[in-house]
Amino acid sequence: LPFDLYLNVAVGGVLTGLVYGLMALGLSVIFGVVRVVNFAHGEMMTIAMYIAVALFSLFRLDPLLMLVPISALLFAAGYALQAGVINRFITRPEHSQFLLMVAIATIIVNVLLILFGPDSQNVQVAYAFDSFQLGPLIVDATKLYAGMGAIVVTAALFAFFQYTPLGTAIRACADNYTGALVVGLDVKRLYALTFGLGAACVGAAGCMLLLIFDVTPTVGPSYTLLAFVIVITGGLGSMPGALVGGVLIGLTEAMAGLLFTPSAKSMFAFAILVLVLLFRPQGILGKRAA
Amino acid sequence: MIARVFDGLSRRAVVLLTILLLLMAIAPLFVGDYLLTVLILILYFAYTGQAWNIMMGFAGQLSLGHALYVGLGAYTAAALYVHFGIGPWLGLLVAVPVAAAAGAFIGYLAFRFRVGGVYFAILTIAVAEFARVGFDHLAWTNASSGLFLPVAQYARNDLWQLRGHPAMFYYVLLVAAVLAFIACRALLHSRLGYFWLAIREDEEAARSLGIDTFHYKMVAVVISAGMTSFAGVIYAFYYNNLFPEQVFHISRSIEIILGPIVGGIGTLFGPILGAFVLTGLAETLTGALSGLGIDIPGVKQIFYGVCLLAVIIALPEGVWPWLSRRLGIAGDKP
Repeated sequence: LPFDLYLNVAVGGVLTGLVYGLMALGLSVIFGVVRVVNFAHGEMMTIAMYIAVALFSLFRLDPLLMLVPISALLFAAGYALQAGVINRFITRPEHSQFLLMVAIATIIVNVLLILFGPDSQNVQVAYAFDSFQLGPLIVDATKLYAGMGAIVVTAALFAFFQYTPLGTAIRACADNYTGALVVGLDVKRLYALTFGLGAACVGAAGCMLLLIFDVTPTVGPSYTLLAFVIVITGGLGSMPGALVGGVLIGLTEAMAGLLFTPSAKSMFAFAILVLVLLFRPQGILGKRAA
Repeated sequence: MIARVFDGLSRRAVVLLTILLLLMAIAPLFVGDYLLTVLILILYFAYTGQAWNIMMGFAGQLSLGHALYVGLGAYTAAALYVHFGIGPWLGLLVAVPVAAAAGAFIGYLAFRFRVGGVYFAILTIAVAEFARVGFDHLAWTNASSGLFLPVAQYARNDLWQLRGHPAMFYYVLLVAAVLAFIACRALLHSRLGYFWLAIREDEEAARSLGIDTFHYKMVAVVISAGMTSFAGVIYAFYYNNLFPEQVFHISRSIEIILGPIVGGIGTLFGPILGAFVLTGLAETLTGALSGLGIDIPGVKQIFYGVCLLAVIIALPEGVWPWLSRRLGIAGDKP
């Protein structure tokens, strides 16, 4: 195999990995702050993907342009879910929360199945087969746009958490729940905001991923799992870690697809997870737990 | 021995248990073929739920990948049968150690670093998924095209080779479920069981009391994995076909754990009750929907999801603690 091919596949994998990273970031933010494991994460992303599919097939609206309204919609849905249901579960044991999310995930998958049918769907944008050439490097336009979009959204989220009072307040909840209550923060509302933000991340990621992959109603659980693998690989609770993990997994999947067979690619992602747990259980950028 | 089994149970509980057991024992004489398959499913979930409960309910380790042990048991026994003509009961001697070793591997990876809670749960899913994709590419077991056992003759029941009528599988599973119940009860009231409960309630405190938490968590995983693999062997010989996509799928793992969670985690009767409630609910739904002439794929699952939501919101402890209070046997030592 020529070197060019490796390079092209690697770049494609990294760009896809950036979108994976954004998806996983949503999970990481929710877990880091609310301490609830969102087992319906991938399913929430398929909702965004199907909304984008519907908007495209009805009104020819480009998924990348629809990114903002769809993210806003998922933010609202996430906020409502946390405020309405999950807030009641934050003091419950983990398995109880898990069951709640499994029930929600089951409902999402099957509502999508009824609404959109079991067949895989995608969007055929005008630039679907465009590519950019840079020396020996050929990059798909869709992957480039998706990767760039992921970087922009991630940067915005970082800025929000780092520089806005609201972001600081949310970080305070994550660091010290009791302390946040003591200084008078409305923790339940901040939790709802956080879950909304996590949902918005995954909504944006879904719009971008739709340019690269097809969507079926049943693909949700595997994305949930992928998000978990990425977050644990990168370091649970670490925002840059999610991005690094995403890129690593995206790259691994792409190379595995090239060197072995595409159907075995997820095996390598799991192998990385096992290696990480074996040699660096706190994740690549995670802090060692006490 | 018999007396020990009933130790600590009130007269009322013993009578209720005996009635249930008698009903289950004579059920195949009265039910049709369809209902028999439903009862087999219930017993399968009661048994696997009991095995899972050892890890989660007793030792407090959340496993979301029990399909791995079912699958390893099923594939090991089936492959030995297909390739070498080795029967299921001998195959069990290989299948159980294989599954137990897989459990030990996961346990070693996780418990060495005191990886717990969510991390541990994800690790169990990941290993099961790894196995699913791996078996999808394993030529020895026919990869993704599936491993098939010769179809059973319903006319003759061969218990040694597990070839025969579903009623035979029913009784095999009934015996297994009863034995699992008795074994779990014995474990729970042994020294080991008390160590597990201590670890479940507060691992740090357990350590400070000198309990070797690593060791006892490993014991829990190995026992649970080995027990679960037996259900896999039965699964293989009952269904006669195995596909990695189905056997190792994460939804199989979730099905296994729903019963004990809905029934009541950490209780001995929870897994059994949960299996009845959930399988009964699912089958009633199927019947009701087809009776109404609704044939939209997904409607049943949505209703299932909604019922599940209702149960966990209304009865966070599970159904059994609530029901046992109703039956007036809540004060019993479980």
